[in-house]
Amino acid sequence: MAKLKVPVTQRDHSLGPANAPITLVEYGDYECPHCARAHSIVGALRDHFAGELRFVFRHFPLAQIHPNAQVAAQSAEFAGAHGKFWEMHDGIYENQEQLGFPLLFALAAALGLAEAELREALESSEYEPKVRADFLGGLHSGVNGTPTFFINGERHDGSYEFVALVAAIEAQLHAEAPL
Amino acid sequence: MAHILPEGTAAPDFKLRVTPDQWLSLKDLRGKPVILAFYPADWSPVCGDQVTLYNEVLSEFRKHGAELLGISVDGAWCHQAFVRHRRLHFPLLADFHPKGAVAKSYGAYRETDGVCERALFVLDNKGVIFWSYCSPIAVNPGADGILDALERMPRERKNGQAQSSSHAA
Repeated sequence: MAKLKVPVTQRDHSLGPANAPITLVEYGDYECPHCARAHSIVGALRDHFAGELRFVFRHFPLAQIHPNAQVAAQSAEFAGAHGKFWEMHDGIYENQEQLGFPLLFALAAALGLAEAELREALESSEYEPKVRADFLGGLHSGVNGTPTFFINGERHDGSYEFVALVAAIEAQLHAEAPL
Repeated sequence: MAHILPEGTAAPDFKLRVTPDQWLSLKDLRGKPVILAFYPADWSPVCGDQVTLYNEVLSEFRKHGAELLGISVDGAWCHQAFVRHRRLHFPLLADFHPKGAVAKSYGAYRETDGVCERALFVLDNKGVIFWSYCSPIAVNPGADGILDALERMPRERKNGQAQSSSHAA
């Protein structure tokens, strides 16, 4: 069973309490249609488990088949540097069929971020090292495609459908419960 | 699951079609580490299938001077279409005729389904198996085992052909 080799830290983007009994880490790609489906499933999981779940998203752009995935990830990091990571993240997945520079600039503008700054950040690859670090950490942890989920550090090899993830998370919750 | 050839075994040589009019022999790659990735079939329906993933990781493999070869029982024309469609930057070999003969010689043929197992072999510069792994057929094994093997492989078994990381793409 593959294990998450890079622990969750302050550098990660996370939602939910840091001391939640379950940490769900997703390695995802903004241009991957499976990840767009998983995006709504993660939303449903967060509602379902509420304070018991912390969700962390890391980048795993498959840039050879998804030419916009890398710039999308860097745009999300740019937004994150301005405290708007999750707004950008949601905006990209919710409009994935239009993914490209016009969408990324429009999303940034809607969040009150300057288009010129985003353009400069993308041109200078300012956030490329952060995205690459996520990618390499994922590779060493056995990420084998997108989306890949880790539940409390263990790779989830089953389906990413809601029912399957709920079952896997509940199994972990019970495993973690004190005797 | 098949009993694949273990660490320490000399990797059986082979000569397979790499495009409709070109052949590739394993022994032509002596002098550098070689990664053999046997997989069941081209055209897997998911984005993050095994060959797509490896295509993204080539620069990491090449930091160790390693060459990657994908092998399945699909024919050379099928591989050619798949390589173009997925923009793959490494060769896919056709273990097509006699079907699966090379996979069988590595213990990586799945007789019941008539396809290769998801089996990985990392060979050293002399063609000796340094690490091998067979994944359950439904589970893409990822790249971590390969990277770990290449990192553990002593320099003299890589033959110092590694590019310095600053030159890697």
